Amino acid sequence: MILVIAEQKDGKLNRASWEALAAAQQLAGAGTPIKVAVAGHGLSNVAAELAAAAVSEVIAIDDAKLEIYTPDGFVQALQQVIASVSPAYVMFAHTYQTRDFSATLAARLDRALVTDVTAIRNVNGVVAFARPMFQGKLVADVAPQGPAPHLVTVQIGAFRADAVTKGPAAAPISTAAITIDSASIRQKPEAPFQEAKQAVDLSQAERIVSVGRGIKSQENIAVAEQLAKAFGAELAASRPICDNGWLPMERQIGSSGQTVAPKLYRSEGISGAIQHLVGMKGSRTIVAINKDAEAPIFEVADYGIQGDLFELAAALIAELQKS
Amino acid sequence: MKIAVCIKQVPTREWQPRLNDDKTWVREQDVSYEMNEPDAYALEESLRLREKHGGEVVVCSAGPARVQQVIREALARGADRALHVEDDMLGPADAHTAASALAPAMAEQKFDLILTGLQSDDQGHAQFGPVLAEKLGIPHSTIIMEVVVSGSELRVKRELEGGWFQHVTMRLPALLTIQSGINTLRYATLKGIMAAKKKEIVKVAAPAGLVARHQIVALYAPQKSKQTVMITGSPAEAAKELVRRLREEARVL
Repeated sequence: MILVIAEQKDGKLNRASWEALAAAQQLAGAGTPIKVAVAGHGLSNVAAELAAAAVSEVIAIDDAKLEIYTPDGFVQALQQVIASVSPAYVMFAHTYQTRDFSATLAARLDRALVTDVTAIRNVNGVVAFARPMFQGKLVADVAPQGPAPHLVTVQIGAFRADAVTKGPAAAPISTAAITIDSASIRQKPEAPFQEAKQAVDLSQAERIVSVGRGIKSQENIAVAEQLAKAFGAELAASRPICDNGWLPMERQIGSSGQTVAPKLYRSEGISGAIQHLVGMKGSRTIVAINKDAEAPIFEVADYGIQGDLFELAAALIAELQKS
Repeated sequence: MKIAVCIKQVPTREWQPRLNDDKTWVREQDVSYEMNEPDAYALEESLRLREKHGGEVVVCSAGPARVQQVIREALARGADRALHVEDDMLGPADAHTAASALAPAMAEQKFDLILTGLQSDDQGHAQFGPVLAEKLGIPHSTIIMEVVVSGSELRVKRELEGGWFQHVTMRLPALLTIQSGINTLRYATLKGIMAAKKKEIVKVAAPAGLVARHQIVALYAPQKSKQTVMITGSPAEAAKELVRRLREEARVL
């Protein structure tokens, strides 16, 4: 049995949960049941949404002490659920929240955890999980060691949310019987906040126009904004643009910024350092514009144009406004 | 305040990997090393906290003899002394093994605060900090962009996804994983390099019975997944062709 841990915030499902489910269905093949659990408080809508997937059970881990996420609260709750359902694998999307508690959970269970997994392989009869190493220069197939369950987090965008098999009827929903000792929750969280007024969650964007060093100066950000608007896209950037303060840090794509998998990702003057590629290579369609035909961004691009991004931007805006 | 900073020695960003004979690890003799960048930010943050609150900064690292390079560098930048858990098997060790190797020696020191980078530039598990905190029985928080200590209370700013942040408070002792860019790094001065030579590095053997949690069964270069369609012509022609393909072929507009 495989247990998938879905993630929600304020009663809204994080869509990366579907990617973890897709990975679990791939690992399970035929015959291995999958259960999906979600923790928080007030979970009926999220649980009903998850019940559409072809899973044997949806487990709502509902407790007022889980309403606001803390690593100590989630580890306590999940430890009890894992003990009661005895899965062979526990799978999560590699979100910031998963990163905050999954290693603690694995250590408390004294079990192996493989993070940031991009593929599931069978290497000579051994189940191994492919994950990037050395900033993406290499890929390692990792076989987790020791007794089950093995914990696995999957890289955002590595598995397709739309690949999830839906069930013939809604899966049954149960409520986990857990107790949480609030005295042992050592972190006292405050309400999340945004520093910029118009902050966006780029991981939820359908189209993204992203700019890199090739944009040359802060004044040219306006061109990129017009292009993004013409595409109906969110504007994003590679790290150097945000380090320079030309765009806020929250719009940074890459290993130190956000990981995205939109329908369309358009890169303008981005060379494609691996730190950037890991944040966007799961996008469905990638368009790259760069002066340098050898730029690594073209290795992941579906469509490429070698040329001057400003001339192309003007032509594209005109073309998009035609229809 | 007694602060520990855990640093890892990792291959340089410019290093081009070559595989060993059985293709399960890299040829270590080809590697040039440097301090893991997120750990450098953790070191800088620990030095700033010491400047504000007093106390000492102790560099802790697990690995073969070669990791003394980055320990010396941390001492040159201003750390007071170092703890090196030395064992050749710790070079390619997974995060759980590294944390288990350091935990007993660090537990004895009774640190008030432990900082480390949010992940390493080599294996990138992003597990070491939370596992070490669990082994030491102290609370943790990850991906931290601001650290404020008042008395025995710690208030930190955690980075969330999508431009969101959150303040979290907890009691000391605690462990934090630090995000790159939290501060501006200082570099070692000549005076610092000279002073580092006299600073103490305590070497400790790795505890017995460490068991790897990961076995790398294959290591390989990533495969190019896509055939790129290069679109040519004047800007107007290329724009027209691209928009057509995005509408009709990719269906994303």
